[in-house]
Amino acid sequence: MMELVLTVTAVVLSLAAAGAIVRIARGPSLLDRVLAADVLLAILGAALCIDMAVNRHLNNLMLLVAVSIIGFIGSVTVARFVADRREQTNES
Amino acid sequence: MNPDASTVDTVIDAVSAVFMIVGAVMSLAAAIGLLRFPDLMSRMHSATKPQVLGLFLLLAAVGLQLRTWWVWPVLLVAWIFQVLTVPVSAHMVGRAGYRTKHLHRELLSTDELEAVVLKAAQAAKDAEPDGGDRNTD
Repeated sequence: MMELVLTVTAVVLSLAAAGAIVRIARGPSLLDRVLAADVLLAILGAALCIDMAVNRHLNNLMLLVAVSIIGFIGSVTVARFVADRREQTNES
Repeated sequence: MNPDASTVDTVIDAVSAVFMIVGAVMSLAAAIGLLRFPDLMSRMHSATKPQVLGLFLLLAAVGLQLRTWWVWPVLLVAWIFQVLTVPVSAHMVGRAGYRTKHLHRELLSTDELEAVVLKAAQAAKDAEPDGGDRNTD
């Protein structure tokens, strides 16, 4: 049963990652791309979780926490940068 | 092993399999929402599904598969960390998206931030002549 679950989740997560990558490529604004990159990191974390659950180990848990830290810092930094730049161009 | 234990084993396997598939479908739903929704705010609505509920379901599947009690606090810490950081980044992205006008205003049912932004702009406009006078003086 675990092989079936692994196959189904692999297909589903691959489709989801393809959709997120399409949004990163097409996204009209920078914030859309940041959001899609965040979703891509969440999909990566989901893949790590499924690997841990199917193979019954905990090796990826620190990597999962690190991935969520990277997503947090990245999106906060880019959002801050976008807000600052647009306010300055509006004032000048 | 008695047959009762193997039945429990099968039930736990089935529950964790359902959790894993539903958690993966959350990611697919987020990707479909990213592709089909019209503006940044509604895309943010779909993007938070795999980050909170999807991660919860998958960590629960990990805990069910490992079948030891001490992994649950570790998984809970990982999930709580995600729950603490995701609203902050979503707030920053939404704020930047509102300020840079990346939204379809006709799709909003209510806009509670508009009054605050107008008041802040008015306060900045009121404070600006004083700052200019001080600079020229």
